Amino acid sequence: MITIKKLNKYYDDTKVLNDISIEIKKGQIFAIVGHSGAGKSTLLRCINGLENYKDGSLKVNDKEIKELDKNSLREFRKKIGMIFQHFSLIQRKTVFENVALPMQLWGYKKEEISKKVQDLLSLVGLEEKIDAFPNQLSGGQKQRVAIARALTLDPDILLSDEATSALDPNTTSSILNLLKQINEKLNITIVIVTHEMEVVKQIAQKALLLEHGNIIGFDDTEELFLKPDEKMKNFLGESEVVPNSGINIKLYFPKDNAYQSFITAMARKLDMDFNIVWGKLEEINTHIVGNMVINLKVEDQEKVTKYINEHDIVWEVL
Amino acid sequence: MVDILLPALGETIYMSFVSTFLAVVIGFILAIILIFTSKNGLRENLKVYTFLDVVINTLRSFPFIILMIILFPVTKFLIGKSIGTSAAIIPLTIGAAPFIARLIESSFKEVEEGVIEAAKSFGASDLQIIFKIMLVEALPSIISAITLTLITVIGFSAMAGAVGGGGLGDVAIKYGYYRFQTDTMLYTVFILIALVQFVQSTGDYLYKITKK
Repeated sequence: MITIKKLNKYYDDTKVLNDISIEIKKGQIFAIVGHSGAGKSTLLRCINGLENYKDGSLKVNDKEIKELDKNSLREFRKKIGMIFQHFSLIQRKTVFENVALPMQLWGYKKEEISKKVQDLLSLVGLEEKIDAFPNQLSGGQKQRVAIARALTLDPDILLSDEATSALDPNTTSSILNLLKQINEKLNITIVIVTHEMEVVKQIAQKALLLEHGNIIGFDDTEELFLKPDEKMKNFLGESEVVPNSGINIKLYFPKDNAYQSFITAMARKLDMDFNIVWGKLEEINTHIVGNMVINLKVEDQEKVTKYINEHDIVWEVL
Repeated sequence: MVDILLPALGETIYMSFVSTFLAVVIGFILAIILIFTSKNGLRENLKVYTFLDVVINTLRSFPFIILMIILFPVTKFLIGKSIGTSAAIIPLTIGAAPFIARLIESSFKEVEEGVIEAAKSFGASDLQIIFKIMLVEALPSIISAITLTLITVIGFSAMAGAVGGGGLGDVAIKYGYYRFQTDTMLYTVFILIALVQFVQSTGDYLYKITKK
């Protein structure tokens, strides 16, 4: 659906995106993750032509974005909805008028607009706010209005630029659930830009990690979090605090693994004691994944690793 | 006294309202061009922008009384005479237009960048962005700008009186100053205060009902 190949982007002499090649499949929820200034919003804006690029290729439904002229670009943007961090609603228009605006500008009939707006407001759960003005709404409600507005022209793709960054955790979670629902119900591909790992874990199936315009990770979300490499660890700002004596072995529990009993079963089976010195469980995309660090005597290492290998658990010595 | 003050009030209202109206029309067009052509504008064109920028700054830096005198030939060409109430409208308009152009330009600039980006994201054309989105958002601020301009023009029109434009300023100078009729002068001042007060209150009211 979206194919990006060897994309480079410069602001004057500064390279802000370096050799980006990714593929986003139809129906996917895809996250572009990075700290501020990583180039993630720029990359997102290249997808609907709000930013241009000279080097490389970016195709949406086999259309090369940089080759579209002004009018084709306008036409093309109908198929790509977008939501923003600060909602970007028109303060002087009611909820109805805000949601209706894209259809009005494209010359839809009044009855059609009215029906569509009502349908969408009920989808986002704001029917009773139809005549309210944005400043009478909470942040979460404003974002719901913006989501409804982004869906009026029946887009194939929804771009989300830090859409939950200005919201509290509970509201963030409810907005993410709404996006997930939209993704499933309407089969809309969603590309989200965020700096919040929680957002990625909650809804993204696949994630791209950017740092200073470079790709430092690109994989299924579970894989990225399950066994983070050095760059990813740096990115997350995590490091284990483990004892200096003995051997530390880190075990990775992928999804659907009966890890709860693995450690105790191993202890019983090998008749051995060890310390659990570090551990973490996370819910990613409704799957539980996690890792754990055990500390044991050097002479026990061989027995333990043999046992772990027999059980298909990924591990490493720290 | 009433026969002097009433027609003078009429002249002041006529001069200031007509020239403010014309200035708003011209200023609005200038502001739209400035917004379109400014850096990162919808149709960036720095040559056009810089040219207009310089013209506007030049016109704004003239003291009004000097501008009026310089414009005598232009006024004569347009109206047929260079003195009188109608003739005063030309310099008042030309003096106020660059002022309101700047004010409207900054009203437009205050529109949140994100709103414009959102409009682009659903495929709005440049003209739609200006008229259906920026203008809607900027309206309360533009109303304030027009109120401010109208009051400034009422002040300028008093100066126009000095060169035969008529109006309350003329009365204040002729009767109040030259003939030492202090009471006439005080009346004109009171009437001007009331007029300005009325314009400001009306403007504030309109701002309030349009601002959501």
